[in-house]
Amino acid sequence: MWKYVAHRLIQVLPVLLGVSLLVFLGMHLIPGDVVQLLLGEKGSEADLQRLRHQLGLDQPIYVQYVRFLLGILHGQFGDSIRTRQPVLWEIGQALPVTIQLSLAALAFAVVVGLVMGVVAARRPHSALDTGTMVFVLVGISMPVFWTGILLLLVFGGILGWLPLSGVLDAGISVRRMTGMPLVDALLSGNWSAAQNAAVHLILPAVTLGGAFMATIARMARSSMLEVLNLDYVRTARAKGVHERRVVRRHALWNALLPVVTLIGLQLGLLLSGAVLTETIFGLPGLGRLTITSVLARDYPVVQGVVIIGAVIFVLANLTVDILYAWLDPRIRYS
Amino acid sequence: MRRFGGGWGQRLFLLAGIVSVSVLVAVGVAGRAGAQAPKTLVIAIGADQTGLDPQTVQNNESGFVMSTIFDGIVNYKPGSSEVEPGLAQSWTISPDGKVYTFKLRRGVKFHDGTPMNARTVAQDLDRAINPDNPCYVLNRKVDTYDAFTFGSVKGGDVVKMDVMDDYTLRFTLPKPNAPFLSSLAMVWQGIMSPAATKQYSCDASQHPVGTGPFKFVEAVRNDHITVEANRDYWGEKAKVDRIIFRIIPESATRVLALERNEVQIVADVLPADQDRIQKNADLKLYVQPGLTILGVSMSTDLGAFKDKRVRQAMNYAVDKEAINKGLYGGATTASQGIPPVLWGYNKNVAPYPYDVNKAKALLNEAGFPNGFSTEMMVYPNPRGYNPIGGAKLGEAVQGYLAKVGVTVKISQYEWGAYLARFRHDPWEGFAISGWTGDNGDPDNFLGDLFEWGPDPNKPRTNDTSRYRNPEYEKLIQEGRETADQAKRAQIYEKANQVLHDDAPWIFINYTNQVRASRATVKGFQLNPLQMFFHMEKVSLQ
Repeated sequence: MWKYVAHRLIQVLPVLLGVSLLVFLGMHLIPGDVVQLLLGEKGSEADLQRLRHQLGLDQPIYVQYVRFLLGILHGQFGDSIRTRQPVLWEIGQALPVTIQLSLAALAFAVVVGLVMGVVAARRPHSALDTGTMVFVLVGISMPVFWTGILLLLVFGGILGWLPLSGVLDAGISVRRMTGMPLVDALLSGNWSAAQNAAVHLILPAVTLGGAFMATIARMARSSMLEVLNLDYVRTARAKGVHERRVVRRHALWNALLPVVTLIGLQLGLLLSGAVLTETIFGLPGLGRLTITSVLARDYPVVQGVVIIGAVIFVLANLTVDILYAWLDPRIRYS
Repeated sequence: MRRFGGGWGQRLFLLAGIVSVSVLVAVGVAGRAGAQAPKTLVIAIGADQTGLDPQTVQNNESGFVMSTIFDGIVNYKPGSSEVEPGLAQSWTISPDGKVYTFKLRRGVKFHDGTPMNARTVAQDLDRAINPDNPCYVLNRKVDTYDAFTFGSVKGGDVVKMDVMDDYTLRFTLPKPNAPFLSSLAMVWQGIMSPAATKQYSCDASQHPVGTGPFKFVEAVRNDHITVEANRDYWGEKAKVDRIIFRIIPESATRVLALERNEVQIVADVLPADQDRIQKNADLKLYVQPGLTILGVSMSTDLGAFKDKRVRQAMNYAVDKEAINKGLYGGATTASQGIPPVLWGYNKNVAPYPYDVNKAKALLNEAGFPNGFSTEMMVYPNPRGYNPIGGAKLGEAVQGYLAKVGVTVKISQYEWGAYLARFRHDPWEGFAISGWTGDNGDPDNFLGDLFEWGPDPNKPRTNDTSRYRNPEYEKLIQEGRETADQAKRAQIYEKANQVLHDDAPWIFINYTNQVRASRATVKGFQLNPLQMFFHMEKVSLQ
């Protein structure tokens, strides 16, 4: 097992090299001069030349790429051109918010999706089953930005039950420890702030997790149906085991396996969906940072985000694969 | 026999879970109403600040926050672009217009306790002027207005600064430059405590320390910035305890937040939302013609546009009133190079009226009886002086021009690419153009946008129409070198007349600056520079 893990970890290096080349080329090939964008209509020739030189942008592109690559190898991602703060610091401010959102969306999607899928599978072809699956179909079909704006308008605008934007109400401050507002509030024992953070998390988590929840529900339902028809389940029933116990103890865990695979496959979608969700709900996360930086041609930040995002993605997938092997003793990596 | 536990236990557990989550949410929701401390003013802005050191940043959102924290040597009067005493309580200008002597206030301290006097102010400004200063701003990879205000050593036009005594600071300019005083009032020349600059190794942008009516408290990236009242301010004391600038990127959400009283002031309101706010009795709309100009630049040295009659014809051909009413929420139609909020505006110069026949006659006279074809460059995104974006305006103008026989092919460029072409390439045809004023001086419009300048081979960077008229050049030079404002106003009024007649642009409008607040906000006033100056006058009922 450990050899497998080591193997996978070593594979990260060529992935990073490839990703770094792609993002570097991508950013530098799209039209738009970062210095010109920064100064807008106001920059004089002298200003433009000065800034380009100071940022090393007047060097040939291969020189810039080599400097960039050497920087990465030393853990130096440079400074944001827009804010002059270190790229790693900018990412460090934004990443926990996105992680908090993604975990909340994942939790919502898995819990609600599983429950719906299992409930539907217990009474196949019933009204409950059909109703659930129609609801699920609608959930998969609606794009994130549409769902998000709809929820915002209804629950935030018309009903006023939930907040319109941000991670906390204006005026509420939490001591920063992990950078995840809900976690920090809980860690510092600030219960009212924790409630506030939780309430702010509801709509974004439902928006982001919605489509994923629908997919999990469908997968869970079909997987559960399949398992419930297997011989060993029939044996358990024949032995007189309560149906509820059959489902919970015998069938559920096996039905879970495809769902775990699904989580691994969908992680990328979750991270990219976060971009839209964060913009709609004004969350200060990695998605927002990426968009702002791409629009401003802030190369160092975009490069940093993509590379770190790639690392996270690779590690997350590895974790899912290990989890999968742990859940199913039949699976062994050699 | 039914056993307890198992199914029942499961259901009870589930029920308990649902109940506790509901209670949590309900209390959280109810608690939200009282979450804000009394006398907190929340202002919604669309993007985050990128640094709060006035000399090292140029974007609006940073300016919004800095305008509450810093004073300049001089400040703008409330609601105006005219200058009043700031950290200097009086000043004299020498007859030749080159020497400015400021007498600074006594008893003023920076927020960190550093005394404000001629020495500490000179220490802060030294990094703007002196290349040997370890914190010299032009050696740092920042965008700055320092060269704009003080000139630069490299450019050979830097000012000389002298500390005459503890409270007297003198600037000697290489040439008379009347806009200097207005430039000192800009938020970008706010005075930072030199102790803070030193403490943070030349970069106090994350820990700003000024002398202003509010003190910096905290900034959470992309979320909010908090400033609190400065109880020791030398001027009028703030009437709210703190201001929170809340970053809400979507404009529709900002308006919703205002309606729900989650924020009390919204910084930029789109024309589409203005009606809704006006109809709401709980809200107040503030509208003022901005310190801006919007137009369609024409290549005055290429193609049909070399002929003044063609350019005038273009101005007659477009129904500006209709465009401004329909697309810009009733913005004032432009007639000349500066907006009416600025002194030097010539009230006797009226906008070109919509007159298709006149346009056709002029085109005929100029030798284009059947019109001609040409191109137009546009950009998609909104700008401060153009809230609907370049492409929409381009399409509107294209429609009108077609009616007089001028066929326009529109090419859209992404903003960065657009700027590169627009300002550096010898483009021919039309291009959407505009400007937001920096310092409230007419030279900032008439010089920057239409003056050819000292280099005989190429125009000033923002003279994108490549307009060159020796009579106009003389007027602009004179305006810069004259100290007396009344005389300067006359000069600029004449220049505006010349500009109107020469028509290097299709003058479209001066976009309104529009903000909105709750009706409970009192004492809030717009100012042409768009910054949140004089927030000490604002109170919440």
